[in-house]
Amino acid sequence: MANAKLWGLKKSPWVFHVAAASCNNCDIEILDILTPRWDVERFGIVLVGSPRHADALLVTGVLNRKSLPRVLRVYEQTPKPCLVICVGTCTCDTHMFAPSYNVVGPYDKYLPVDVYIPGCPPKPEAIISGVVKALKRL
Amino acid sequence: MSVVRILFSYIIFPGFIFTALVGLLLTWIDRKVTARIHWRVGPPWYQPYADFLKLLLKETIIPEGSSKVLFLLGPIIGLVAMSILAVMLFSMNLNPGNTFVGDLIVMIYLLALPPLGIMIGGSASKNPLASVGVSREMTQYFAYELPFLITIAGIILKAGGSIRFGDIILAQKASGPFLYSISGVIGAIVILLSAQAKLGFVPFDIPEAEQEIMAGPYIEYSGVALAMYKLVRAMMLFLLPLFLISVLWGGLGDWWAILKFLLIIVLIVLIKNTNPRIRIDQSLRFFWLGIGILSVVGLVLAVYGL
Repeated sequence: MANAKLWGLKKSPWVFHVAAASCNNCDIEILDILTPRWDVERFGIVLVGSPRHADALLVTGVLNRKSLPRVLRVYEQTPKPCLVICVGTCTCDTHMFAPSYNVVGPYDKYLPVDVYIPGCPPKPEAIISGVVKALKRL
Repeated sequence: MSVVRILFSYIIFPGFIFTALVGLLLTWIDRKVTARIHWRVGPPWYQPYADFLKLLLKETIIPEGSSKVLFLLGPIIGLVAMSILAVMLFSMNLNPGNTFVGDLIVMIYLLALPPLGIMIGGSASKNPLASVGVSREMTQYFAYELPFLITIAGIILKAGGSIRFGDIILAQKASGPFLYSISGVIGAIVILLSAQAKLGFVPFDIPEAEQEIMAGPYIEYSGVALAMYKLVRAMMLFLLPLFLISVLWGGLGDWWAILKFLLIIVLIVLIKNTNPRIRIDQSLRFFWLGIGILSVVGLVLAVYGL
């Protein structure tokens, strides 16, 4: 049973895109990997519109006082075996926004993060390889 | 007929399990053809099964303040209706002279149940986007059902006034499929577009518009309930072309039926991939004025035997 669950989760990770006040660079790269050129539907990855359908949360943007409760709420709404994938340097540490009065720190202070994909923005190839590595390690 | 045989036919062969397996394979064909049209590679053949398995084993969340019973009843209504419809379609196709009373009216009711389940479940989920989706689903249902029923009336006229499903198939076996006449072609166009709307495929996917209202009535569903909705959609993708073949294209008499079936599926996917989504008022106008008038013309032609 556990094997079947793992196989299903590995073969069809549905992704919900949490854009927590990013500068849109990472968002554009994420939309890029869904285009025919990179075609992540090969791996069963589909972008879904509701966190209730998601198996992985793709978070972008530096975490600040306003976005923290919203991100936590979205994480709570997601049904539970669920991955958290940090896209961009802002999410892994706080990048150049570290000294700002509004920034509350990197995501792994508040959420169980599974994958860190640094880069400003990371290349689509880097995002795909990060997700594939995470799925292999499950 | 013994009880075991009845249970077998409802649960295993033409009923639930067979329809579900074939329907999931058809959703793969849909996704693969879509991918090829986009010049992509597309998912592997086991993709719908993996999706289904994953959803079955995930957590099912029932939103706070919603009606639990109605929320979970929504997908079950559609699932049961589609299983019964599968048994009726197959038993009448394989043995048209059967005394089992499977008439067209029951089939129309069974085809109306999945949208009803979506409406019940969506409005029970206590989400504003879901209620927008439900209201659109309701409008859409009234839009496509009118031309669909007018066309069914034309088919009944062509079959000599009998509403028994077996008689319709026997009439086509006796004097050729109804499709090979002007009113038959019009009927096929109307039923094909209604099927597109019933399936919620792209020009008519207004109720669950992903980009505006985030999957509409399905927004609060997760885990097993969402898996059941996916299964209902997959079974409808199997049964609606089968219904079209049965009432207009001579039934499942020979092996050509499989080619006819695949042709209709690919046609539905092509319509899905070459059209933008329309607004709900445009959809209503399209079905009541455009397609509605076309179906009335088809009915008049059917009265004169053309």
